[in-house]
Amino acid sequence: MTDAPADPHLVTAAQPSSARSAGLTTADGQPLKAALNAAEAKAKWHAFFLVLPLFAFVLLTFVAPIGQLLYRSVHNPGFTTHKDLSTGAQTPIMTELREWFDNNPQGTEPDEAAYAALAKDLVLLRELKAPGSVGTRINYERSGSRSMFTKAARRAERLEAPFKEAMLDLDEDWADPEIWAAMRGASSAYTLNFYLAAVDLTRDTEGSITQVNENRQVYVTLFQRTLFLSLLITFLCFILAYPIAHLLATLPLRYSNLLMIFVLLPFWTSLLVRTTSWMVLLQSQGVVNDALVGTGILADADRIQMMYNQTGTIVAMVHILLPFMVLPLYSVMRPINPSYVRAARSLGATSWTAFRRIYFPQTIPGIGAGALLVFILAVGYYITPALVGGADGQLISNLIAFHMQKSLNWSLAAALASILLFGVLLLYWLYDRLIGIDNLKLG
Amino acid sequence: MALPSHASPLERVWHYTYLVICGLIFLFLIAPILIVIPLSFNAEPYFTFTQKMLSLDPTGFSTRWYDLLLTFGMQEPEAARDGSWWADAWENAAWINAAKNSVIIGFFSTLLATVLGTIAALGLSRPEMPYRRAIMAILISPMIVPIIITATGLFFFYSATGLANTYAGIIMAHATLGIPFVIITVTATLVGFDHSLTRAAANLGATPTTTFFKITMPLILPGVISGALFAFVTSFDEVVVVLFVAAHDQQTIPRQMWNGIREQISPAILSVATILVIFSIVLLATVELLRRRSERLRGISPG
Repeated sequence: MTDAPADPHLVTAAQPSSARSAGLTTADGQPLKAALNAAEAKAKWHAFFLVLPLFAFVLLTFVAPIGQLLYRSVHNPGFTTHKDLSTGAQTPIMTELREWFDNNPQGTEPDEAAYAALAKDLVLLRELKAPGSVGTRINYERSGSRSMFTKAARRAERLEAPFKEAMLDLDEDWADPEIWAAMRGASSAYTLNFYLAAVDLTRDTEGSITQVNENRQVYVTLFQRTLFLSLLITFLCFILAYPIAHLLATLPLRYSNLLMIFVLLPFWTSLLVRTTSWMVLLQSQGVVNDALVGTGILADADRIQMMYNQTGTIVAMVHILLPFMVLPLYSVMRPINPSYVRAARSLGATSWTAFRRIYFPQTIPGIGAGALLVFILAVGYYITPALVGGADGQLISNLIAFHMQKSLNWSLAAALASILLFGVLLLYWLYDRLIGIDNLKLG
Repeated sequence: MALPSHASPLERVWHYTYLVICGLIFLFLIAPILIVIPLSFNAEPYFTFTQKMLSLDPTGFSTRWYDLLLTFGMQEPEAARDGSWWADAWENAAWINAAKNSVIIGFFSTLLATVLGTIAALGLSRPEMPYRRAIMAILISPMIVPIIITATGLFFFYSATGLANTYAGIIMAHATLGIPFVIITVTATLVGFDHSLTRAAANLGATPTTTFFKITMPLILPGVISGALFAFVTSFDEVVVVLFVAAHDQQTIPRQMWNGIREQISPAILSVATILVIFSIVLLATVELLRRRSERLRGISPG
C-alpha cells in the first residue's frame, strides 16, 4: 500500500499543543504507530473474514475427506471391532487371541492356549454373525483365509479340548505360520501393512519386511509404468506444443486469437467427448484404420490395434493435456522481444544458433510450468486410461478404483491413494515454489 | 512470422515445413472433436464413414441416433408424437432425466462455488491478507489432486456423515471442484483493479455493500461469469465423484455416457457428444467475448 500515508482521515500532522506526547499522533490523540497498527490489523481481519467462509467450506468438503482417506490407510478395525450395521453398536472382537499375541513375542509357535483363545473368539464371531468380515480382513494378507474363518466359526461351539487338534482337524491350514502372522498383524487396528502391500512388500512369519512373491508383484510395476507414461506424455506434449505456441506467439494478435480457438475448444470440450472421439478414430474398424486401408497403405488384414492398449492411452492423453502445455508456453513466448533474435542474426548467428542460444533459453520458464502441470495432471489420470487403456494402458488411479469398487480392499486403495497424493502434493509444492499458483492461467 | 526477403533457400524450406507441422498439430487438436459431428448422423450403427456417407448420398444420413436419445427409457416410444408422447419423454427418457440432474447439480454447485469463490477472491487479492500463499494453495488444490483421490476420500467421508447418495453431497463436492477456477479467474480480473475507485465511493458516502454492488461488481463481472462458466463445465463434465458417491438412480449426462461407453458403445453416444461439442463452442464464444469486454473495461488494449 504505497498510498496509505495519504489516507486523510487517519493521519494528521503532529499536534504541537500536546507537549506530553512525543512523536506523531492522530487527530483524536492516539499515537500514530498504534493507530496504524490497529488499522492494519483491522484490514487483515477484513481480508481474512472474506476468505473464511470458502476456507471453511473447502476444509469440510475437501480437506476432511482427504484426512479420512489418510486415516483409512493406517487404520482397519476389521479384526478388532465389530460394528453392527443396523444398530451401530461396536463390539470388540478377537480379544482372547490379542491377549495371547501380547503375551507371546512374534515367531512363537502357536500352542494349545493360542488355539483355545482362537476357538473362544470364533464362538463370539458366530454370535455376532461376523466371521465373514473378519475372514476378509485376513484374506487381504493371505488369500484363502476367508472360507477358513466362516467354516471354523460354524463349528466353533462344538470344538473341544485339545483345541489345537480340533482346529487342525477342521483345516490343516490353521497350522500355517502365515495365517498366524497375518492375524498378529491385524490384531492391532493401526497398521502400516497396507502401505507395505502398496509397494509389494509384506511381513514374513518372523515379522521382518520382505518382498512378496514375484508373480504377485503388481504395484511397483504399476507405479513405474505410471511415471514412465506420464513422462512420455509430458515429453510428447512439449514436442507438439512448442511449435504451435511459437506460431501463436509470433503471429499478429488478430490471427493468433483465431488460431487460439483450436487450442481452447478442446480445453472446453467434455473429457468424455474427447475420449469417445479417440475411441471412434482409433478402433480397428474406425476412421483412421479405414482411411489407411482405403488409401491402400495398409492391407485389410493387418489393421493396427491402437485402442485398448498403451497407444490408445498415450494418444488420447496427449490430446487432452496438450492445451495445458500450450497456454503457459504461449504466455511466456508472447512477451519475448523479437529484436534479441534479430540482433543475434545480425551478429552472424545462423537461425539455428539464434534459436538455440537466444530464443530457447527465454522460453524455459514456460516449458517448466507447462511440463510440471501436464505431469501432475497425467500422473493421477483416471477416466481416459479406464476407457481406452485396455489391460496394459492402466495407470495407478485405475488400480485405486479397482480396489474401491471391485476387490473392496478399501484400506489398500487408501494406502495407494495416499502414496499418489504424497507424490502429487510434492510436485504441487514444487510448482508453487518455482512458478507460483497465482500465475496459473486458464485461456 | 513473415519470411524476410534475404532468407536462404534452406530457411525457406524449413519455414514452410514448419507451417505444415503446425497445421498438422492444429488438425490433431481439432479433428477428433469435429469428427463426431458428421458421424453422429450415420444411418448405420458404425463408427466410421460408410460408402453412402462419403458419396454424400442422403440415404446414408439420418437422425435416428438423436431420436434414440429421446425415446430411450420411454414407456411408449412407438406412440403417436403428440402432447402425451412428449410428456412421457420428459418424465421417463433416460437421457432427459440425466440432463435434468446434470443441470440441477451444475446450477447449484456453480452458484455455491461462484458466491463463495468471488468473496474469497476479494479477500485473497488484498495485500494485507495473512497467510495468503498457503491458503491460496489449499483452495486451488482440488484442481491439482487427482480426482480419484478426491472421490475416494469423499466416499469415506460421506458414508460416515450420511451425505452419500444425496444431491447435497454431490453439489458440495462439485462446488469444491469448481472453486479453483472461480478463484483463478476472479483474482486475475482483480489484478488490474483500481482500488482508488472503491475509496472514492467510500469517500462519497457509500457503504461497503453499496460500493461492492455498484462499483466492484460491475468491473469484475466478466471474470466472475467466466469463473462461473468454468465451474459449471467442471460439474457438467464430472463423472468420477458421481460414480463414487451418488445413488444408483442419480444419473447425470457424463455418468450415462460413461456407462454407454463401458457397456456397449453405440452411435447414440456420438449424438450426445455432438450436442456437447456445440455446447462447448457456445461457451467458448461467451468466455471469449467476456474476456474482451473485461480487457476493454480495464483499459487493456484489445487484440
